Amino acid sequence: MLQIPCPWCGPRDEIEFAPRGEVVPRPDPNISSDRDWAAYLYERGNVRGWLREYWAHTYGCAQLFIIRRDSLTNEVTPDEPCPGAIDERQRQ
Amino acid sequence: MWRTPTPRKAYQVLLVGGGGHGLATAYYLARDWGIRDVAVIEKGWLGGGNTGRNTTLIRSNYYYPTSARFYQRSLKLFERLSNDLNYNVMFSQRGIVTIAFSPHELNLISRQVNAMQLNGIDAQLLSREDIQNLLPLCDLSDRARDRCVGGYLHASGGTARHDAVAWGFARAADAFGVDILQQCEVRGFEASHGRVSGVHTSMGRISAERIGIAVAGNSTVVADMAGFRLPIRSHTLQAFVSEPLKPLLHTIVMSGLHHLYVSQSDKGELVAGGDGDSYTSYSQRGSFQTIERATLCLLEVFPTLSRVRLMRHWGGTVDLTPDRSPIIDRTPLEGLYISTGWGTGGFKAIPGGGRSFAHLLAHDRTDEFAQAFTLERFSRGALIDEGAASGVAH
Repeated sequence: MLQIPCPWCGPRDEIEFAPRGEVVPRPDPNISSDRDWAAYLYERGNVRGWLREYWAHTYGCAQLFIIRRDSLTNEVTPDEPCPGAIDERQRQ
Repeated sequence: MWRTPTPRKAYQVLLVGGGGHGLATAYYLARDWGIRDVAVIEKGWLGGGNTGRNTTLIRSNYYYPTSARFYQRSLKLFERLSNDLNYNVMFSQRGIVTIAFSPHELNLISRQVNAMQLNGIDAQLLSREDIQNLLPLCDLSDRARDRCVGGYLHASGGTARHDAVAWGFARAADAFGVDILQQCEVRGFEASHGRVSGVHTSMGRISAERIGIAVAGNSTVVADMAGFRLPIRSHTLQAFVSEPLKPLLHTIVMSGLHHLYVSQSDKGELVAGGDGDSYTSYSQRGSFQTIERATLCLLEVFPTLSRVRLMRHWGGTVDLTPDRSPIIDRTPLEGLYISTGWGTGGFKAIPGGGRSFAHLLAHDRTDEFAQAFTLERFSRGALIDEGAASGVAH
């Protein structure tokens, strides 16, 4: 089972979370073509290695945040600090 | 069973991926279209990926006519596969019983049965009493947490020996002169003027006029080498096997509510699987709680199995499309083709997928069975949204 580092609650078991998929930049819907919009909706980097992805702490603080995970080894590290989140150094 | 040839400098057709789909494609290319100057390259060993990491179910209980037609053809090919390949793939049409645990689920099942019958696929509604007779071990008592209210039978569904399917296709393709190159990993593609001309592999450069990719969970990784993106997410799907037991389960059993599928192998082991792991992964191993949940589901339906021990479990990397339907199509590089998106149900599609992919590689266009499974259906919004693709969840 993965340990997911919630920026607000600290590391918790994977079962408290719901993965929300890799971070994909959203194009401007007013100017993007159908092809680009479909690419945003459906195409994925699906990286074999380190990726940035959203997780939701569904059964905890309910916040959405970004972590880094290696999809080959399942190693997990926090992403950049979230505004308002507990600073890792203060917790220690 | 097959030769271990030295790779030649050039082939007419080269297939990346020596799983069921790649090997079947090579076989049908040689048999149906007389294209025998073919090589299959495999980075590991034959059938060592998802072909050897599934629960071996074969069925055609799909909702939409497009998918029903495709999977029914594949099932029909399985019916004579042992004869075609002169190799026993142990196809056993023992039938699939899907159980409903609420009137609402039974309503959905009735709709599914209607659709299947309209598609010309066998399906028969079952009453609670029918389930009792077919599955005496199923907990139908009033103490049961979920009360069985009926279900349906897909009598032509069954199982086959997964290794034998890979080996049978490999042996038959080899007999036609196809070179099967194991421990040969693709490292990149060579192209000029937008047309593919060869691959770089761990065994050196190999030229080919046409190249087909059939690498399941690693589709995105290989597509990256060729410079195009795919609507694919790779997830782990786990399954497990119990210690061998005397015959107690004569059909395959599925439950949508519990997201469970289980059958008993010829060796007596219960082969079961559940929901996939929720995050993308290439690790070929999943989270423990996913197994725990699948085991709990099994015990909800068959409480009497609570003391049965699990012998082993495994995880495969499945290639999921947004609509759970496959992709058999050209790619942006001319001469390069891909068969992917088989997701959680690729095993049953091996003969059908192989034939359609062989047709595409031979004629540069798909056959009537695979016409809808294009890459560009996603930008047109023409999705084939098969909630039934997993056979259990809708």
